[in-house]
Amino acid sequence: MADNTKAAEERVLMKGNEVLAEAAMRAGCRFFFGYPITPQTELAAYMAKRLPKIGGTFLQAESEVAAINMVYGAGAAGARVMTSSSSPGVSLKSEGASYMAGADVPGVIVNVMRGGPGLGGIQPSQSDYFQATRALGHGDYFMPVLAPSTVQEMADLIYLAFDLADEYRTPTMILADGMIGQMMEPVSLPPARDPKTLPTKPWATAGHKGERAHNVINSLYLSPEKLEDTNRERFERYEKIRATQQRQELMMCDDAEIVVVAFGAASRIARTAVRDARAKGIKAGLLRPITLWPYPTDAIDKVIDNGAKRFLSVELNMGQMVEDVRLAVAGRASVDFYGRTGGVLPTPEEVLAQIEALAEGRPVAPSAGGSATGSVLPAPIDRKSSYERGE
Amino acid sequence: MAKTNPVTLPDYQVERIGAQIGADETIVSARPHALSDAIFNYCPGCTHGIVNRLVAECIDELGIEGTTVGIAPVGCSVMAYDFFNCDMIEAAHGRAPAVATGVKRVHPENVVFAYQGDGDLASIGTAETVHAATRGEKITVIFINNAIYGMTGGQMAPTSLPNQVTQTSPYGRDVNSAGYPVRISELLSTLDGVAYVERVTCDSTAHIRAAKKAIKKAFQTQIDGLGYSMVEVVATCPTNWGMTPQAAFQWLRDNMLPYYPLGVYKDVVADGYANAAEAALERAKDCPIAQQNKED
Amino acid sequence: MARIIVDDVHCKGCGLCVSACPKGVLALDDERITPKGYHPAKLVDPDNCIGCSSCFITCPDVAITVVR
Repeated sequence: MADNTKAAEERVLMKGNEVLAEAAMRAGCRFFFGYPITPQTELAAYMAKRLPKIGGTFLQAESEVAAINMVYGAGAAGARVMTSSSSPGVSLKSEGASYMAGADVPGVIVNVMRGGPGLGGIQPSQSDYFQATRALGHGDYFMPVLAPSTVQEMADLIYLAFDLADEYRTPTMILADGMIGQMMEPVSLPPARDPKTLPTKPWATAGHKGERAHNVINSLYLSPEKLEDTNRERFERYEKIRATQQRQELMMCDDAEIVVVAFGAASRIARTAVRDARAKGIKAGLLRPITLWPYPTDAIDKVIDNGAKRFLSVELNMGQMVEDVRLAVAGRASVDFYGRTGGVLPTPEEVLAQIEALAEGRPVAPSAGGSATGSVLPAPIDRKSSYERGE
Repeated sequence: MAKTNPVTLPDYQVERIGAQIGADETIVSARPHALSDAIFNYCPGCTHGIVNRLVAECIDELGIEGTTVGIAPVGCSVMAYDFFNCDMIEAAHGRAPAVATGVKRVHPENVVFAYQGDGDLASIGTAETVHAATRGEKITVIFINNAIYGMTGGQMAPTSLPNQVTQTSPYGRDVNSAGYPVRISELLSTLDGVAYVERVTCDSTAHIRAAKKAIKKAFQTQIDGLGYSMVEVVATCPTNWGMTPQAAFQWLRDNMLPYYPLGVYKDVVADGYANAAEAALERAKDCPIAQQNKED
Repeated sequence: MARIIVDDVHCKGCGLCVSACPKGVLALDDERITPKGYHPAKLVDPDNCIGCSSCFITCPDVAITVVR
């Protein structure tokens, strides 16, 4: 990886979490502040090993709260900076994320999701969709949320995340899950950028050197009118993001009547199920949102124009993104949901069974492995605790 | 007070004040240039303003306004970002040391200071405070300890004295229930990353002069890269103590200073070390792993 | 001869300068009100001001300029 131009072409086998770290450094990130948590551990470990060797700073903070506020400080000082965590830790970062949004400080936050609520579990999950797209912290704001589904996308999307963060002066999130984070796949790494060649940030608080008026990074506005103006200006930026940054993958959607909507790890399972459905003659397609905020509503419009009659949102939670699907569909088609939660992954057969049910006009099964109506589900795996097993 | 020579008015006062100065008169003392013309949002007689001025004078005298980044807290000094002419960042409640860490790590050549009150530093931000100190973060923290939450209207602070009556300790701070005040200077002096900690006050011209000397030394400690530096200023809150500013000074002398004795709590240079790191190495001289030279 | 100039924009009439003055030459000016509504400090005994800057040092609003 020393020769960057070559590395851009060569494919290497890497773990998703490590790719996030490597691609972040290639995007010009030299500052990482984090706190240990499963299942994002490899990311921080990789940063700890590599960053000091390339003139960067890896700092294990005393808490997630401190880590995100260090990100706020480093971002305010003009650097490309990131933190990473997993669900419970991301809750702690919500304070700092809100301040970053309120003060227009760029930075990248990685959430390698695990099951919740509370301490939850450490298996893959998508249970933080709401938190990421709606409310990572208090106040009136959004932030771009990118959802990789392959190790390659871990590289591509974190690279993009730094650009979006700087361009729109906003915190930006990578919403991955334990499955993509832990899996190894071949990946082409993006070219390395020298942080010195990145665009300068005239607003940064790096010392005025007597050359300009003092810069202030701040989210406090005691005048309601000023606060309203500031929020309006920020939402104008959000509109630009909505207009230009929606990203998705459409598979077999040109003539699809049943469109499965899934992101991240769930989309990998859904992809197989859609292919299997096609093999059975069902006109199914896959719409995979890559940006969860802004939500790819234009793509939903498109597949409806193409003739989609039924949508099935497949998620690793109890039904969160399905609300965005319903909002985007706006009554023009039916919207159903199928999900597994707690770290349980659905099988492609399970998802296929739901597609078949929709094709035959039957209801989909209740979520999370409950008794199926008219579909064949594998028996729930015995997940008794050691206490329940009497061990 | 040692002033930059000759003392000049900041630009915004040239018309307003300068016009009243005769051609044969010279300025002895004036607003420091690192202070803006913004009117402090502090109550009349609040000692925050004195300490704000001392910080600005130190910035002027060290000639560091252009390389200084200040971090404002949440509390009465929340709007400090408006008061100083250096670059400023407003932090979340208690997080100023973490924000300062982020800035300092990106720009080690900058001078970074956090200005915090007792609720901010010693309650909600204790973790950030202790860990920035123990990391030996090369930042300077100015800590205003006036034993009360001022901005929210006079609640019990982590540094409120035993039996002190506040809005949330209406019968006096009951140590059996609310515990004891946190003595931050003493606490931080035990940490290896700390180069310099001094507790000062601002109830008299002599004490204010001493406070300025300490603040300047704390900045110099950072500039010299010796380690973490903090100055605790025992201060008043006339409004929420329910006293005149003059009576508040007397209450400070009678009650605060016996509980929070003034003095230098750590000064690695005075102790004969080059910096905090060298002092830390000596303290752990019997620990083999701590003695390993990383460069080897 | 030394004297002080009080910046009415900043003075909040707290009186700390009055108590800090070793010569007792300052008072709050009951005749005047600042734009913020305070009675500002005033040098009432100019002959005895020694220009020691005690008032400046104690002033929490940095409203005083000392000249000589």
